[in-house]
Amino acid sequence: MRRLKVFKSLVRDSLDTTTQGSKKYHIWMAFLTFVMLVGMYCYSVQLEFGLSATGMTDRVSWGLYISNFTFLVGVAAAAVMLVMPTYVLKDIDFKQAVLIGEGLAVAALIMCLAFVVADMGGPSVLWHMLPGIGVFNFPASMLTWDVIVLNGYLFLNISIPFYILFRRYQGKVPNPKIYVPGAILSVFWAVAIHLVTAFLYQGLQARPFWNNALLGPRFLASAFAAGPALIILVLAIIRNFTEFRIEDKTIKKIGMIVAVAAQINLIMLVSELFKEFYAPTHHSESAYYLFFGLHGKTALLPWIWTAIPLNVLATVLLTFGKLRNNLKVLYFCCFILFVAIWIEKGFGLIVPGFIPGPYGKIAEYTPTGIEMGVTLGIWALGAFIFTILAKTAIKIETGKLKYRS
Amino acid sequence: MSSNKKWFSLNLSNSKTASTSTCGCGKSSGGCGSHSDHQMSDHDFDTAVDAAIGDERKKDGFDQVFDVQMDRRTAFRKLTASLLIGAGAVSSSCSVVADDEAKEKAQIDWEEQFKGNYKLMNDDEKKATVDRLVRSYQIRKGKTLNMSSKDAEKDVLFGYAFNISKCQGYMDCVSACVEENNQDRNSEMQYIRIHEMKDGKGFNFNEADDNYYHEVPAEGHFYMGTQCFHCDNPPCVDVCPVQATWREDDGLVVIDYDWCVGCRYCMAACPYDGRRFNWSTPKVPEAEINKNQHYLGNRMRKKGVMEKCTFCVQRSRAGKNPACVEACPTGARIFGNLLDPDSTIRWVLENKKVFRLKEDLGTEPKFWYFMD
Repeated sequence: MRRLKVFKSLVRDSLDTTTQGSKKYHIWMAFLTFVMLVGMYCYSVQLEFGLSATGMTDRVSWGLYISNFTFLVGVAAAAVMLVMPTYVLKDIDFKQAVLIGEGLAVAALIMCLAFVVADMGGPSVLWHMLPGIGVFNFPASMLTWDVIVLNGYLFLNISIPFYILFRRYQGKVPNPKIYVPGAILSVFWAVAIHLVTAFLYQGLQARPFWNNALLGPRFLASAFAAGPALIILVLAIIRNFTEFRIEDKTIKKIGMIVAVAAQINLIMLVSELFKEFYAPTHHSESAYYLFFGLHGKTALLPWIWTAIPLNVLATVLLTFGKLRNNLKVLYFCCFILFVAIWIEKGFGLIVPGFIPGPYGKIAEYTPTGIEMGVTLGIWALGAFIFTILAKTAIKIETGKLKYRS
Repeated sequence: MSSNKKWFSLNLSNSKTASTSTCGCGKSSGGCGSHSDHQMSDHDFDTAVDAAIGDERKKDGFDQVFDVQMDRRTAFRKLTASLLIGAGAVSSSCSVVADDEAKEKAQIDWEEQFKGNYKLMNDDEKKATVDRLVRSYQIRKGKTLNMSSKDAEKDVLFGYAFNISKCQGYMDCVSACVEENNQDRNSEMQYIRIHEMKDGKGFNFNEADDNYYHEVPAEGHFYMGTQCFHCDNPPCVDVCPVQATWREDDGLVVIDYDWCVGCRYCMAACPYDGRRFNWSTPKVPEAEINKNQHYLGNRMRKKGVMEKCTFCVQRSRAGKNPACVEACPTGARIFGNLLDPDSTIRWVLENKKVFRLKEDLGTEPKFWYFMD
């Protein structure tokens, strides 16, 4: 009963916290709300006219939505890179960053689920997938595995921070015996969500571009580069706008993680390029399309040739300790790395899988305005959720939000 | 599995009953959909009945209803059914303004929205949903459909052969298919693609044109048609998260349009470009609608669901050839029962040098190509 009362008070207090703030905060939230509303309008158009409102066709049947979904699963998985040192290896440096990382994972997962739903032809019959009342084709379909791991990870990432914050809110110390097992589980779970998402594509013998054993490991490497890169940027913003103290040491340590992951990612990229272009086969055509274009169809060239130099530049800069420890350079590197991986693992991965088609047909894909509107709306949704979570968490962590009995 | 056949793997023996432990897909565990469990002796049947309702025989009154052992699936099925009827009754009886027809329409729509997966329905449920669909069309359009829910027949496994020497690229098969299967006219959806290839280049799909608009046969070209190959080991079936697509006992790979959630994972998994998606609401002029329909075949689809060639299940299960076979003016298309040793398709497979596309993927298509 007491817990319920505390919970009620926590909800009330966090509502107060999230609805009050500086002018900049209100402008930020109003902006996000506006983008979300635009996204909802675009989605209503898509609901009315069907997926023909998007640029997808029978030839390229997955596009911007699934690209963003794939990328964001990686961002969510990357929260583990902070969880592991903090809870398992007891590295104190990360303690302040980890709640932010988990909040980011929650926001990313909700965006993932939103992107999948936006991509569905029949969102009104999604209950067909619920085990029990529908038919859940487990374990044959990798998509059902993905549903399980994503929702499980979402649960872990909500419950662990919630437990910790709930204790702190009451002025108590969280009991490590309760949350550390959950944290250890989430470490394995994070690897699972990204590997399973890779298997979603890797398991299709119809698409040689995806059907390659390196896809899963490469997903992990790029995720552990892009995710912490985003966390660094977010921490930098939080440090700037709130009183939440984050040591330089913490950010620099995460920077090292980004550097190592980016290096591994680059090695794998080289390995992939070597395989595709040293002895090109029929199966290398998708890669040719992506990097050089096929038969005059070159829609992806500007994108991939933005991504590769950015990726290489960021990795090289991050490799040198002196440059990496300069925070301005670090932020710059994190930003360009994030953009590069978003391109590479987003439509740089999904779209070429369909081009050329099973019989060599080259039909290009360009997202429509509606599609981009929905995509931006979902990103705004993620930012909105993260802002709310982070604001409450920071208030509790700094001891400003406390239970008054 | 017959090992003396060079096209391998499909069990072409005459009596299917003799080999119930295995099937064309090579699995004995079920899951491919071709395992039949109807061969039960009387004794087994009695034991099964005893196991299921043995207790009920001794009970009376409401104990019979409430004190029943059932597995989860039955429980859910019964719950859903009663929920459907109850909610439908409430929604139709509580509206005071609607007339009888509108009430019936609402009731049908409600029950259709919450019905189960066709694959798991028993015969009564199949008949019920077909009746609802026919009635719904009658109320809306004032016309009567003829919709079948005929199951696969025993000892039938459909196969298809395509004579590359004969095809001249007239595309009569394509238009016949569109008319027969009520495909969306707006997006000009077509299940069949005819690839125009250059002589002397072999089967070079990369340089082929599957969208030509000129007089055929064009000088120096030959033609090759593709459609859904109804694989015996279909990759599209495994990936579906809700089992909205499956392989029937007669080898047809079908879709329950009402169960599909539209994720298009099957489309990504198909190596043969065999699947199509309804990107918007399909439109067919009322006068052109083929009213001779099958639940798994050419009935009207809605937006946001997959569809594909079903070897014209409404025709093939009624003993007719698919529309493309009938329409072909050159006789390039051959269709029949692979388990019938006297069928033309068997003659082709046994006497011609046949091949299939992308055999290395292990999909075992039931669609062969050959030349004169």
